[in-house]
Amino acid sequence: MAAETAGSGSALPRPVVAVVRAWQRIFHGPNTIGNSWQFWAGFALAVAALFSYPVLAGGYQASRFALFIVYAFLGLSLSVVWGYAGILSFGQVAFFGVSGYTFGVVALNFDTPFGILGAFAGAVVAGAALSFVLGYFMFYGGVRDVYVTIITLVVTLVLETFMSQTAGDEWTIGAAPLGGFNGMPGIPELAVPVPGLLVQLLGPLGVESAPIVLGAGDGTFYRFALALLVLTYLGLRALVNSDYGRVMVAVREDEDRTRMFGYDVERVKLAVFTFGGALAGLAGVLYAAWGNYVSPGVYALTFASLPVIWVSVGGRKSLLGALVGSIALAFASNSLVGEWAFVIIGALLLVVVLFLPRGFVPAVRDMALFAWRTARRYRSGEPEGSVSENPEAAADAEVTD
Amino acid sequence: MSDAESTDTGDDTRMDPNIRQTPAELATGDRTDTLLQTEDLVKRFGGFTATDSVDFSVDEGELRCLIGPNGAGKSTLLKLITGTHAPSEGSIYYDGTDITDFQPEDRIKRGISMKFQVPSVYGELSVRENVRLPVQRFADGDERRRLVREAIEDAGLAGKEDVPADQLSHGEQQQLEIGMAAALDPDLLLLDEPVAGLSVEERREIADRITRLNEEEGIAFVVIEHDTDFVAEIADEVTVLHQGDVFREAPIEDIESDPEVQRIYLGGE
Repeated sequence: MAAETAGSGSALPRPVVAVVRAWQRIFHGPNTIGNSWQFWAGFALAVAALFSYPVLAGGYQASRFALFIVYAFLGLSLSVVWGYAGILSFGQVAFFGVSGYTFGVVALNFDTPFGILGAFAGAVVAGAALSFVLGYFMFYGGVRDVYVTIITLVVTLVLETFMSQTAGDEWTIGAAPLGGFNGMPGIPELAVPVPGLLVQLLGPLGVESAPIVLGAGDGTFYRFALALLVLTYLGLRALVNSDYGRVMVAVREDEDRTRMFGYDVERVKLAVFTFGGALAGLAGVLYAAWGNYVSPGVYALTFASLPVIWVSVGGRKSLLGALVGSIALAFASNSLVGEWAFVIIGALLLVVVLFLPRGFVPAVRDMALFAWRTARRYRSGEPEGSVSENPEAAADAEVTD
Repeated sequence: MSDAESTDTGDDTRMDPNIRQTPAELATGDRTDTLLQTEDLVKRFGGFTATDSVDFSVDEGELRCLIGPNGAGKSTLLKLITGTHAPSEGSIYYDGTDITDFQPEDRIKRGISMKFQVPSVYGELSVRENVRLPVQRFADGDERRRLVREAIEDAGLAGKEDVPADQLSHGEQQQLEIGMAAALDPDLLLLDEPVAGLSVEERREIADRITRLNEEEGIAFVVIEHDTDFVAEIADEVTVLHQGDVFREAPIEDIESDPEVQRIYLGGE
């Protein structure tokens, strides 16, 4: 166990111990699943496997799988907002869509590497801005609980209705027609502007031209999205295990109690909601660039409920649960044909809500811990209930107390 | 006003609970040992008047109990003090400052802390995480570790650091919440029925703890409680609220033998 190894300080050289401790301090805590070296070993393996997927399965499969990675950002955004701060939002797809459309409009009008970079940033800001405005009026207007859910859903459906009637020339912004019900085609792929000098320097690494286009066909978009997802997951782990993350969870558990500890509950909710909007917006940008297309379908009730289902099934109070749930369910429903996908996903949701209310991933974690503990007790004859048996709890006590 | 100022000449005045400082004196920040004072505090909910021009004060380091029949306005008064409710009329002064329009979190930052009537702990979080939440507001690193450990020990929960709070007994949850409220290092701690539903043994533990916090750390208390034995054990002064207003203010012995107080408690009138 990493915590024990680092604590004893004998097996590893000092700099390694320091790094392990810093890693634990930042990424470990009671608000995430996986606070042991076994988890990180599995994590590294999974990431390595995912990165080698384009080589093993080919560019087409990688390009298809990239969509599920894009959806994982959407799932994570809902996990942060709902799972950690207790705000059940059906509006994550609204921010997703607004960012997707914004990226499309800007990128079509400024179709240069720098223009696309600006479109990327501007679109994420647009999603964040919408969630900030919506959140401001909801939270400072005293809207709570299920009414937040209703308002976010209504905003999403209003956007669907609005965007569906944007066919025609009067709804063309510069070079970008909004396209009404049919959506906006021809959105450029992501591209990274690279100065000429850098191209020469990176030539030996295979970079031959400026800019680098993150195309779907050759797996570069897939790798880019995956790298971004890994970074996002690590960043969110650091967030939810920080002091601020503890306040987020406290707001979820009991707003009044948290206010009576001197925390500005409305501000915390607004900040988390805005951040969640930015994250959903990032997913929207990636989505638009991945398919070169965005349509009012992203605001439809079906799509709006999907993130809620992914995150519920995976485990909403766990980043890992949201991540795995989003990718697995999006993959499953994409692989199943026709209406059966909805029947099976619906049945799965029912089963999880009834039998695994905390979600699939936390349940698997509990089973694994139980098995590990039982095996350990069987081997060593330790007394029951010792705290040190639980690597999650022990890591928490060791590092963050 | 000038009369009040001329009589406010020293210790004599402060020892007499019937003479209070005027808002003007409090607002000017004159040295005072009055920690909290409410002036004509009125709270109406629709047509119902929960508190009716309440004048209520607490001195620094005082331990005051607030009693009264159901619906007397006790919990409402505490919620007005913490800012959970905004008053319909009147003012609240704390440590010489008019805090009537302050947000709850700004009042907490000035040194007011509260334990709710229903034990409000974070059920899904461990005892340690529960206690960290108030402590992290002002302490870091080793000091945070020490304060968290002390608060858990004070609450009698050592060894249960990793237990989720909703698996604790009712009494342990009460202890934990008092510990969390006290961990803010407040000057004024408001406790709404801290021993409701507890055993005799648990009541004694909490009485000891309140007395210790009051005497050793100098925290002033306002404690709402129905159990007169408990009140007699901890309180210096007792305020009786009735129909939204202060009915009596006296030492507990006088209150216990007061026939009028017994009458309102037994449901006369």
